[in-house]
Amino acid sequence: MLCRILTFVQFPDVNIYTGAWKSLRFKNVFSIIGPSMVGPSSSHTAGAVRIGRVARQLLGCQPEKAQMTLFGSFAETYWGHGTDLALTAGLLNFDTDDERIPEADIEAEKVGMVMEWIQGKGNGPHPNSVKIMLTAGERKAEIVAASIGGGTIAVYSLNGFDVQITGEYPTIAVTHSDSQGVLANMTSLLSCEGINIGYMDVDRKGRSEAAMTVFELDTAPTGSLIEEMLRLPHILEVTMIDLTQRS
Amino acid sequence: MRFETLEQLADICLKENKTIAQVMLEDQAKETGVPVDEVFRQMAEYYQVMKEAVQKGLTGNTKSRSGLTGGDAKKVADYMQHSEASLGGPSAKAMAYALAVSEVNASMGRIIATPTAGSCGIIPGVFVSSQERFGWEDDKLVNGLFTAGAIGYVIANNASISGAEGGCQAEVGSAIGMAAGAMVELRGGSPQQAVHAVGLALKNCLGLICDPVAGLVEIPCIVRNGLGAVTALAAADMALAGVGSVIPADEVIGVMLEVGSAMPTKHRETGKGGLAATPTGRKLTKELVEQRRRKAKEAKQP
Ligand code: SF4
Repeated sequence: MLCRILTFVQFPDVNIYTGAWKSLRFKNVFSIIGPSMVGPSSSHTAGAVRIGRVARQLLGCQPEKAQMTLFGSFAETYWGHGTDLALTAGLLNFDTDDERIPEADIEAEKVGMVMEWIQGKGNGPHPNSVKIMLTAGERKAEIVAASIGGGTIAVYSLNGFDVQITGEYPTIAVTHSDSQGVLANMTSLLSCEGINIGYMDVDRKGRSEAAMTVFELDTAPTGSLIEEMLRLPHILEVTMIDLTQRS
Repeated sequence: MRFETLEQLADICLKENKTIAQVMLEDQAKETGVPVDEVFRQMAEYYQVMKEAVQKGLTGNTKSRSGLTGGDAKKVADYMQHSEASLGGPSAKAMAYALAVSEVNASMGRIIATPTAGSCGIIPGVFVSSQERFGWEDDKLVNGLFTAGAIGYVIANNASISGAEGGCQAEVGSAIGMAAGAMVELRGGSPQQAVHAVGLALKNCLGLICDPVAGLVEIPCIVRNGLGAVTALAAADMALAGVGSVIPADEVIGVMLEVGSAMPTKHRETGKGGLAATPTGRKLTKELVEQRRRKAKEAKQP
């Protein structure tokens, strides 16, 4: 079973600009024509909103504190493009064409979210990248992501695991212990529910330690599926990340 | 999608006797599992946003937050009222409309990224002005957006549509290529002619750097959109007349990647080179930084 699952994972060409997997780039006509957005910059405004939303959804609730480290062009030109407002808007779960984006800082204050901005050293994994660390009570989340053009994003890591997602599809991120049969259980659960896996990626901290698996799915899973997955052995956490739903 | 290059795309069209728009629409529906009608409806909504943005840019206040830009579309539209435009009326109108949408973007208004926000004026400029000129129905233009999307899809996956990665050739250049190819198909040209138009248009954009003053999507982005709409019309006309791109469009896209990769960081959206680093560019940047500091101080001590 495991061998069969691994055939899902493709090893495509590496893009020479970004070092990113080519398969992570553009898959959809609406990432070329679109998104519908509030200006001024698709990579520095709309893409930043979407990165913020991924981080917020990974945390699973409204962050109380956000530490934002900006790299490369994000760090150089964030102010002019409103990248700070856009990332903040994403952390508030706003969509890219939400007309409150220009006032996202005021909206953040209203919900008591404290923002800290840091200028990162070097270029990061891509000219437009950001590392986001969020906390809310005991909960923590961390992502490293980049805006790769036209509002399309590439997420390089979730909570310290090197797993890559695009945010183009409903995605579930599963934290589990690295035990035999876990992957097979998860994929058979998804296939029983008739949900097709578009892309899958796994990373583990070490042998028999914590691991994360992400699934990009063709259709959004139901709440009951997520509960069922949580009941599988060795599963620690299941998080749903879905930017395809309007906020 | 069943195609990775423009040549493959044109071959599919030839074999199946379809337009680029049809192939893109069908492949998109198949790839995403969303019904064709639904995909079309989404694109139709986007076209309405584009038309609204043209109107807003021609009639509303487009002064940007920085105060650096706004109102140029109106100037061109007024000028056309009382003088004969050197370009000729239809091209000048495309230029005015493209400026209008780009100014709406710079003033934090709602636009459709085509392919990016920095280059959001070119396709609406060409499409909306041509619709008025030729009396086309909305649905025809929505199909045109699929043509443009297919071309952009190939450029994005083989080169780039991001100024930070590949300079302005990747944003404004891609939009010009997309608009030119779409215009050929809208006027009844073949998929092969549309692909030639892309090649012709892109050749004229190679090497264009991304050098926005103060890092803002305003100077030179807005005027590049206005002029880009004109270039797209010109490339479409060449292709419709039977002029071919001797270097095939896919190879020109390869050059875009080569040139973009070799471009220094300062010419890739960092606001540190090119027009941004001219004496005037620097002065404007300095003034904006000071203005921002003053505002931040005022906010703390009202
Ligand atoms: S100069 Fe840069 S920011 Fe402006 S349109 Fe060109 S690529 Fe975009």
